[in-house]
Amino acid sequence: MVRKQSLVVITGVGGRLGQLLARRLHRQEGVQVAGIDRRAFPRKPVDVEHLRIDLRRKGAEELFRTRQVDVIFHLGVMHDPRKDTREHHTWNIRGTQQILEFAHRYNVPKVVILSTGDVYGPAGDNPSFITEDAPLLGAQRFAALRDLIAVDMTAQSWFWKHPEIETVVLRPAHILGATHNAVSNYLRLPRVPVLMGFDPMLQVLHEEDAVAAVLAAATPGVRGVFNIVGPDALPLRKLIEVAGKETLELPHVLLPAVVNRLFQMRFAEFPAAELDYIRYAATMDGSRAREVLRFRHVYGVREAVAAALRRDIFDGSVEGGRKSPRLRTTRF
Amino acid sequence: MPRRTLHERYARLHKLGMQAANQLQAFVSPEQERPLWQQLSEELGEATQDIAALLLSGTWRTPDEEVDRRIAQLLQGQHLGEFGVDPFGYAPESLRVMVPIMDFLLRVWFRAECFDLNRVPEGRVLLIANHSGQLPFDGMAIGSAMLLEHEPPRIARTMVEKFATALPGFGDLVYRCGSVTGLPDNCRRLLENDECVLVFPEGARGIAKPFRERYRMTAFGQGFMRLALETNTPIVPIAVVGAEEQTINLGNLELLARLLHFPSMPITPGMAFLGPLAMVPSPVKYRIYFGEPMTFEGDPNDDEAVIAPKVAAVKASIQTMMDRGLRERRGYFV
Repeated sequence: MVRKQSLVVITGVGGRLGQLLARRLHRQEGVQVAGIDRRAFPRKPVDVEHLRIDLRRKGAEELFRTRQVDVIFHLGVMHDPRKDTREHHTWNIRGTQQILEFAHRYNVPKVVILSTGDVYGPAGDNPSFITEDAPLLGAQRFAALRDLIAVDMTAQSWFWKHPEIETVVLRPAHILGATHNAVSNYLRLPRVPVLMGFDPMLQVLHEEDAVAAVLAAATPGVRGVFNIVGPDALPLRKLIEVAGKETLELPHVLLPAVVNRLFQMRFAEFPAAELDYIRYAATMDGSRAREVLRFRHVYGVREAVAAALRRDIFDGSVEGGRKSPRLRTTRF
Repeated sequence: MPRRTLHERYARLHKLGMQAANQLQAFVSPEQERPLWQQLSEELGEATQDIAALLLSGTWRTPDEEVDRRIAQLLQGQHLGEFGVDPFGYAPESLRVMVPIMDFLLRVWFRAECFDLNRVPEGRVLLIANHSGQLPFDGMAIGSAMLLEHEPPRIARTMVEKFATALPGFGDLVYRCGSVTGLPDNCRRLLENDECVLVFPEGARGIAKPFRERYRMTAFGQGFMRLALETNTPIVPIAVVGAEEQTINLGNLELLARLLHFPSMPITPGMAFLGPLAMVPSPVKYRIYFGEPMTFEGDPNDDEAVIAPKVAAVKASIQTMMDRGLRERRGYFV
């Protein structure tokens, strides 16, 4: 019998956060890293293993069967309303279910699931500090979010189904960086659309801080749900000002109908429900993560915005070259 | 029939009108000596003169140095983020643009008179007021008084109706000026930060009541009392007299209100020819009475029956001040 080797598994390792996390773990902690993702992992460090398989297929189980996995970082949750909804739904829900099953079957002591702060959803009657026990209403107007909420709920059910596994659910604020997520893409627009008479408060988080939070969640003994909040919330227009962009003022009255039609015809990049994000606030209370995870953000709003805008040559360091070696990753 | 001059025609029309008005007055309230219309026109004349004199003298404007000092004082005690905005969206610097509007409403249009404003204590405090006037100018007046007349200046963090957050303008200006969405959690956090929070426990029920029910307060919610007990906050009752007459509400169009997701849709006499402009308040005179701070003790999670007398005590205090205001005032506009 092969001696079992200790390692951590990262799902969705081909994504931006997955790559950053793999590099950090491989470099700083000196542990064996195995990634699962159908996507490529360009310029992968040599000793990071990469299984290019679909999590829902049989092959993934082999990894857990033959090796002792210490931590699973489940970052392979997809959020892209442009994808086929059925594929999107089964990928997220079956994938998460599968990873939790593996954890249970092969005695993985720790599972960290990267959910999203979007599960709360923007609404006019949100409190200014949404705590972890608030209802997950993100899909009330934005149906595409329902599987992200299901993922979050599935992970939460693991708290009582399998108390022997330390399950951690992280709900980060809007992550800014070289990723292709909605906020980063939004700020990259040449003229950034805003709604007349609305200027909600937003919380942004640098991608490196998001990765730091994921690492903090792996601390033994930690379990539960955590909002991950970076620098102080700021008004939307202030954020656009920091990005040095012009705003495009739109009326909120007829816009949803127009946008929905354009989205159906594939002229618009986003469905109308996403307009709620620039209309209402959904700011979270990050005090639990600060107390329990001892999570402190390192990067400010300006650095996070800069990270989102410099996407073609991203060398792993932010301006001033703070605490990161110059590792060139490819463009997305 | 001889051709009449324009003046003659006008005089004749005036005479007919006077006769009709007198007959109407005799029918409505025969015992009153001075006809209502005469009283109103005299008052309006006086109010117009006052407003014109104030505008010409320029004394209604808060001097720039004074504004700077007050905003600097506000900035001192406030925890603000990197961009000068607190987590609720309040940015003291944004008040600067609002000061002229506040000056105008408080000192010119409503010529508000504040009684015992200095009763508002330092530190955390809940201001509890009666709500009236179809549009929340009473909240604006109390907020303006706290900012421009109270020493030291305070920012009244107004709890706004949840529906209003869907209206354009709320998302930016109203939040920047210190208002927050009216949720218990927001209120609790503000009080724990030793802020001054303004609550209208009658909510939409109170502000939208028809004209015939003026100065009859509707039922008070109990939430404010539970929060006061929980956070050990003194309550300052406030009575606003005058705002009831700023817009005459003959009734509410409930169906239209429901269609537009508004809590109410008042019918006002001017609506037929002025449209939405009929919601512009008439230049009534505001009298704002501040009561002695009240402190309560008890379990915030007590039964409604235990909380109710405490709420009633606050309501009674407002009622007393309101009665005093109604006794003391000469008229609606003066």
